[in-house]
Amino acid sequence: MTKAVTDVEHIEELRELARTARQHIVRTIHKAGAGHLGGPLSAVDILTTLYFDVMNVHPDNPTWEDRDRFILSKGHSAIALYTVLAMRGFFPISELDTFDAMDSRLQGHPDMKLLPGIDMSTGSLGQGVSAAVGMALGAKLQGREFRVFCLIGDGESQEGQVWEAADVAAKYGLDNLIVIMDFNKLQQFGWGKGSLRASPVANPKERWAAFGWNVGVVNDGNDIAELLAALHTPAAPGRPSIWIAHTVKGKGVRFMENDYVWHAKVPSLQELNDALLELGGTPCI
Amino acid sequence: MYLTEERVAMRDAFGESLLSLSQADERVYALDGDLANSTKVDRVAHENPEKFLQMGIAEQNMVGVAAGLAAVGLQPWVTSFAAFTSRRALDQVLVSVAQPRLDVKLVGAYSGLLNGKTGKSHQGLEDIAVMRALPNMTIFAPADAVEVSLVMKWANEHSGPVYIRLARDPSPIVFPSSAAHDVAKAVWLCEGTDVTLVTTGIQTPRAVAVANLARDQGLSVGVLHVPCIKPLDVPSIVSAAQKTGAIVTAEEHNIIGGLGSAVAEALSETWPVPIVRVGVKDKNSESGPSDALLKKYELDEDAMMQAIHRALRMKERFQ
Repeated sequence: MTKAVTDVEHIEELRELARTARQHIVRTIHKAGAGHLGGPLSAVDILTTLYFDVMNVHPDNPTWEDRDRFILSKGHSAIALYTVLAMRGFFPISELDTFDAMDSRLQGHPDMKLLPGIDMSTGSLGQGVSAAVGMALGAKLQGREFRVFCLIGDGESQEGQVWEAADVAAKYGLDNLIVIMDFNKLQQFGWGKGSLRASPVANPKERWAAFGWNVGVVNDGNDIAELLAALHTPAAPGRPSIWIAHTVKGKGVRFMENDYVWHAKVPSLQELNDALLELGGTPCI
Repeated sequence: MYLTEERVAMRDAFGESLLSLSQADERVYALDGDLANSTKVDRVAHENPEKFLQMGIAEQNMVGVAAGLAAVGLQPWVTSFAAFTSRRALDQVLVSVAQPRLDVKLVGAYSGLLNGKTGKSHQGLEDIAVMRALPNMTIFAPADAVEVSLVMKWANEHSGPVYIRLARDPSPIVFPSSAAHDVAKAVWLCEGTDVTLVTTGIQTPRAVAVANLARDQGLSVGVLHVPCIKPLDVPSIVSAAQKTGAIVTAEEHNIIGGLGSAVAEALSETWPVPIVRVGVKDKNSESGPSDALLKKYELDEDAMMQAIHRALRMKERFQ
């Protein structure tokens, strides 16, 4: 599925997929009457790039042993992952309508035992990174070639476990591990009000480098072309990699962008239609 | 019932058995939180080093890494003290291991009171209670070094989360080296008609000694050892209640939430009889010599004997 990272048509195709995914996301959250929006909208370009280009996966054989793994450590962005998995063919798009409902395979946070394509159950922040380290280490121990991708939040990086994992990954030289930080600069409530609201994690680039990681920066983590270029960069031998992807929380819907209240706010019908119009979708009646 | 004069530490049997498993089963890896020379998993580090994974003093990450290893087909054995496995990494045990039913073995060495005079921060007196509250978790507390190996064999052969509770100090051998009983079931160590001592872990050899003592006083005390606390072998517990009409539970654990609670819950819903629980009575403990700790925190022979007499008095009253 991988094409040249400069293939303009391919990039446009991925952008279109991300735009469609955004429509599904806002529609699903409105319908479910619950869930997160800001984080899924900031992360969806990263997920689209991974599942429609970078990762070696087979939706018709989701438990294939040598598939690349993906762990959504910021599990509250589950709806973005579900949407991209459904669009990639892991399960029917129509199943998005069951998000958060009783007996659904689409739980509020991802459940690896329920839904095809989910490689790790997550939700309690900080834990996905450790599991990613375990999978990457497991691949090395078994002499297997797959890679492990893990998406973390910037707010999540306040968890000490993230840094415990960072330490061990570097010690074992896990160059098959690629972490991406969705650096959208906002968390649920944060440290202060208005303009005083500080970024959840200070100096992530320097911190990860100090732990011995190969650190890259994606200046616009909502830009498919930049993400493709970054995620096709060869690994640094003997070192785990992290891409600090500068993103915009609520990206794609202007009234949601950079506003912390949209972390987990449910849009009204009017807000949904405004959002769908902006995303090039069909308004709901 | 016979107990050996010779004492063997469970941790020595644990190190030996994990080394064997790591040699025999390519999936088995030992994870250490920098306590290998205490837990005796250093046997793997020295004799099968490629199966030994040092995770440093970071238990939360260690449990998470184990989940990832299990998710790609390996069988990690997470080794630390009971206090840290069950308390420090509890959310990781629940969310990353128990909920997705991953094949991770969690070892709580140094459980209970007797931890080489380290005191209350290191004593593991709530691990059974904590682990019992987690769906999908299987909990073992073997009685001696022989049963440690049987329990580990069971855990190796059964996929899914298992917590194994071990003791630090050398203790008498209860089972012959040829023992091959089903560790998922409770085991009658001696028969009795007046009262049954239902015990687990390192408290079991102490209970056998008390049963022998009681026999000298003309009492007929049975001992039912429970290696697997969850899922509990309820039919055996019920048959003990039916047979003797009174139960004394005993464990080196807080009186809240452990074996005593499990037995009381099971019998109150099936065959209620008087139950007296022996355990640490919801107190913080302290550092001190083993015998003094067992006495002060009411786990010694006197405490168990008093519990037997109390149970017998209650039994008479109810009849």
